[in-house]
Amino acid sequence: MSFFSVKGLSKHFGGLVANNSIDLDVEKGEIRGVIGPNGAGKTTFFNVVSGFYTPTSGTVEFKGKVISGLHSSKIAKLGAVRTFQRAALFPEFTVLENVIIARHLNADTSLLNAIFRHNTKAEAGNLARSKEIIEFLGLKDEQDNLALNLSHGHQRVLGVAMALATEPELLMLDEPVAGMNSSEKAVMVGLIKKIRDTWGITVLLVEHDMKTVMSLCDKITVLDFGEKLAEGLPEEIINNDKVIEAYLGADDIVA
Amino acid sequence: MSKSNSSSFIWLPVVIVIGLFCFAPQVVSAYRLELLTIFLINVILAQSYRLMTTTGDWTLCHYILMGVGAYATGILAKKFGVPFYAAMPLAAVITVGVSLILALPLSRTIGFAFFIASFALGEFIRHVWLKFHTPFGGARGVNGIPKLEIGQQGDWYFIDFWDSTNFYFFTLIFTVLALLVLYRIDRSRVGNAWKSIYADSELCESIGINVTRYRVLIFCVAGFFAGIAGSLLAYQVGSIDPHNFEMVEMVYLIIWVVVGGVKTYWGPLIGVFSMSLVFELARPLQEWRPLLFGLILILFLVFMPGGLETLLPRIKSFFLGLVGKKEVR
Repeated sequence: MSFFSVKGLSKHFGGLVANNSIDLDVEKGEIRGVIGPNGAGKTTFFNVVSGFYTPTSGTVEFKGKVISGLHSSKIAKLGAVRTFQRAALFPEFTVLENVIIARHLNADTSLLNAIFRHNTKAEAGNLARSKEIIEFLGLKDEQDNLALNLSHGHQRVLGVAMALATEPELLMLDEPVAGMNSSEKAVMVGLIKKIRDTWGITVLLVEHDMKTVMSLCDKITVLDFGEKLAEGLPEEIINNDKVIEAYLGADDIVA
Repeated sequence: MSKSNSSSFIWLPVVIVIGLFCFAPQVVSAYRLELLTIFLINVILAQSYRLMTTTGDWTLCHYILMGVGAYATGILAKKFGVPFYAAMPLAAVITVGVSLILALPLSRTIGFAFFIASFALGEFIRHVWLKFHTPFGGARGVNGIPKLEIGQQGDWYFIDFWDSTNFYFFTLIFTVLALLVLYRIDRSRVGNAWKSIYADSELCESIGINVTRYRVLIFCVAGFFAGIAGSLLAYQVGSIDPHNFEMVEMVYLIIWVVVGGVKTYWGPLIGVFSMSLVFELARPLQEWRPLLFGLILILFLVFMPGGLETLLPRIKSFFLGLVGKKEVR
């Protein structure tokens, strides 16, 4: 039994087959990349495994438990959390407050607590842990700024910080370096490695940027026309004829 | 969300305002005092409605929930002779129950659909009151609701609530308590979760906040306070009928919160206060009054969409701009 496994996953939108019978197994501690040309079904795949869509058929299992069809919030509770392609954050809260809000699963959220007690020991723990995560991701200088005032790169890192605040075992990143400049990309790649190496969190990421995927991932799955085209180590994928064909030329891949 | 307005600065005006309200019965006529009592009830209603809007769910049936509390109190007190200390909490619980039933389908809708569905469900309830003579009394409603009483004539602790001053203070206590609890909820983790849902509900789902459950919860909490307000209204007025809860009353509620603003806790308080004042001052206008209020609503939406609560920061940044300083958050 693998840590995270997708079995025969299909997703249809009316007559459109966005994902067709995809199988995928991720081992604990792995960084797995899912790539593919535009329209290959990456985003649909990501939305299905993270609980935002219900699959048409097939299952997604996490730690031996079927999670497909569950609410995203329930999946997060089980320890698999996703981030967004866009800069998803709570703009009118500070960076620290954003991360504290994301500690929801580790907090007492009863109404009685809301009315009578605010500064509990648990909340002190949440504050300390939030600061730790912020420092770990290098956002300490931005801690008290409103999230809406951050640069795009920092906003995306904040997204990861909020995901980490839920104490996940599996981190699912939706195009983590989309829209970033090269130095921001390098920072994000470094952070993802650090998250896996230091905290042992398994990472599954969907990405467009080849260079990032090749330098970051232990293993890569390639999707094309909603189906799995290839799977293997980065060097195997680079030299795979079918993949090269799908991307219309080898130059694009290593660029 | 900034912490600049910290405790001592805020609490002094609050204490002064409560002091003024305690002093009011000494200086105003009995008629004005009854208006003030209604005003306090409206404060509870407006502040609970503001809570509802923190998730972005502007319901059109909040007034109806107040009616549920009022009808429940009226029927319990009149037909079953339930004393106020049981009737009020029971009415609040019944309102929460009705809120829950309404929230289950409503939480499956968002935005415009939510708006319309809440209106439809509210009207449905109002028509139930109109059509069913037992127990709601049809178009004539429930009349002759007994005044609440503590003890009986002759007891040393007897308080006569036919005296409007006594009922005024009774309402004042409930208003202060309700505002305090709503303030605490607003500042709590749950309150922040609701504001987060307004900001980005997908993100909330991803970090483990069950958006549907929280939207149902806020509906019930807001319903609870609307129920309390309705209960107080039933005792104050002594009779209720479906015409008390027509759409136009909901429009007034919306005007209060739009004029005051909903972003800060204080906005609706400012709104309900200033608009109640205008309402009383405009009494000579009689049937032209709705026109005036429509105009005010339009003017605010065009020129001050954030409401009166944004007035102070605007003036502040204007003067800071004059002396060439940037505002510090």
